[in-house]
Amino acid sequence: MRGGISAMRGRIGEARRRARERYGAGLWHLFALFACFGVAAYALTRVIAAGILLGFLLWFLGAVILHDLVVLPLYSAADRRLQRLPAVGDRRPGPSVDYLRVPAGLSGLLLLIWFPLILRASEYNYRKATALSTDPYLGRWLLVTLALFAGSALVYAVRRAAGGRLAGRAHR
Amino acid sequence: MSDASDGRRHHQGRSAASRPGARLRAYLRGQERPPGPFRPEFWRSPLRGPWLTSVFGLVLLVGLPLVAITGLISYAAYDPRLPGNDLTPERGLFGFYLFDWPTSPVWLYRVTQGVHVILGLTLVPILLAKLWSVIPKLFTWPPTGTPAQTLERASLLLLVGGAVFEFVTGILNIQLFYVFPFSFYPAHLYGAWIFLAALAVHIAIKLPRLLTSLRFRSFRQELRTSLRDTRPEPPDPDGLVAAAPAPPTISRRGLLAFVGGGSLTVLGLSAGQTMDGPLRRTALLAPHGRYYGSGPNDFQVNKTAASVGVVAAETGPEWRLTVHGARQVRLSREELLAMPLYTYRLPIACVEGWSTEQTWTGVRLTDLARLGGADGGAGVYVRSLQRGGVFSHVSLSPGQATDPRSLLALRVNGADLSLDHGFPARIMVPNAPGVHNTKWVRELDFRAPP
Repeated sequence: MRGGISAMRGRIGEARRRARERYGAGLWHLFALFACFGVAAYALTRVIAAGILLGFLLWFLGAVILHDLVVLPLYSAADRRLQRLPAVGDRRPGPSVDYLRVPAGLSGLLLLIWFPLILRASEYNYRKATALSTDPYLGRWLLVTLALFAGSALVYAVRRAAGGRLAGRAHR
Repeated sequence: MSDASDGRRHHQGRSAASRPGARLRAYLRGQERPPGPFRPEFWRSPLRGPWLTSVFGLVLLVGLPLVAITGLISYAAYDPRLPGNDLTPERGLFGFYLFDWPTSPVWLYRVTQGVHVILGLTLVPILLAKLWSVIPKLFTWPPTGTPAQTLERASLLLLVGGAVFEFVTGILNIQLFYVFPFSFYPAHLYGAWIFLAALAVHIAIKLPRLLTSLRFRSFRQELRTSLRDTRPEPPDPDGLVAAAPAPPTISRRGLLAFVGGGSLTVLGLSAGQTMDGPLRRTALLAPHGRYYGSGPNDFQVNKTAASVGVVAAETGPEWRLTVHGARQVRLSREELLAMPLYTYRLPIACVEGWSTEQTWTGVRLTDLARLGGADGGAGVYVRSLQRGGVFSHVSLSPGQATDPRSLLALRVNGADLSLDHGFPARIMVPNAPGVHNTKWVRELDFRAPP
């Protein structure tokens, strides 16, 4: 009797091992993913019930394409371009590209998030809601951008003054 | 910050046959990698690696659940089970956790929704950095592997798509930039569930690796490592570490400071829209941190009277409030002002994440219920003069209708309400989402819903 049970356990263990091998991960992995797809499929039935399937799918897949194949390559290319700027000095290595990259990156981030206000794209709805115009946002963004570049220049100047040639070259 | 030239170097595959058809077949069979980003040598940043990804992952592991929970709380705060309140009637099982939204503490929704929106904004740079750190994996070739790998990759589509979808719809919505071809509420809610399902599985699968990777390098040591000493992480099984890394142009601590600085910048320029007083004016880049002036009615307006078709003529001396209960009563503004008035400081907290606290004076909803021969125990259905729109009416729960601080407000900060703030009378319920504080009220129905 006892031998029978242990043989059965062995067979079950063997079957699990083989299933694991063929699947490529533990079975909990499979169950977890099925649960995930189950919830997603159910959410999709709710989207269908809401009558917004086409627009939803378009924006959902569009979100991946927009980020992975447009936004990321664009800022990567911009960064590469920035690094290829001619060095300021002749033989000495110029100041670190970070003094431009950081303020430019932060300014770009703010534009990425707030472009409907900055570029006045949401002016119509904004005015209806708040009784105000989106006018000031472009100026505010430019002001913040200016402050970021000025701050960066200040850090560079201070470091250069404090540490001479070396500090100005490469901060971190 | 693609740091040091992703994509500068191209590798020419020469192994497969020279005919284009044969080469395409070799790509499709996974015998050969297509050129460009599908080749490991394309990704050259010396900073990518499991440790860096894990640091960003850890921040998101803490932040995203907070954003998710506060978002789900906001759904409950709308009391969608009450008649007329539901913007997502097809929610089905996703309404499983709904509960009666409390009136205390009065600042609860102000805090939860402020966290939802402001923390969400603050996490944008972290999310971007996290996605940047794992981008080579999008181009893994062949795209399928063991069944486990194939399924996991499919779930990543839901994860990345869900994350970007939720952030984009949320960020556009708070700027009133309604370019999406769907109503915000169902799309953001159902998109959230898809994202959360994928996120939960992603955490379950990756948490052990996250912890191992973090243990593998000392965070403190990394903060002491300058650009000169920055080296790529050792090769990893996932292929995050560049096969042919370029020389670094920024240290790891520099990149972390950059990303963290991005978060602080976004936070610093938007958090002010959840505060009153001088701090509000720090919200330079936030939709609702604007300065209206210094008068009693000079605070954030959302939905002007003109935009919803409410004109001064309907709100003049002819205006009457109709109260339905066991009997029907009609009251002029003068009659309301002659009733016992109460004054409370209550916040308006909007689903869009901004909030402001003001001092409201008005008649208790319970007093009006009694006048109509009711007690508020059935809740109250509020109708506005506002033309159309989902918030021209609202159901308040029995708890909200009977709270002594729930007012039909007539005055704010000692002055009559302005037309844009709801003159002649508006609802103020403690801790209710802003849109439930209906403006330009014309009717209160205390009868039990049919």
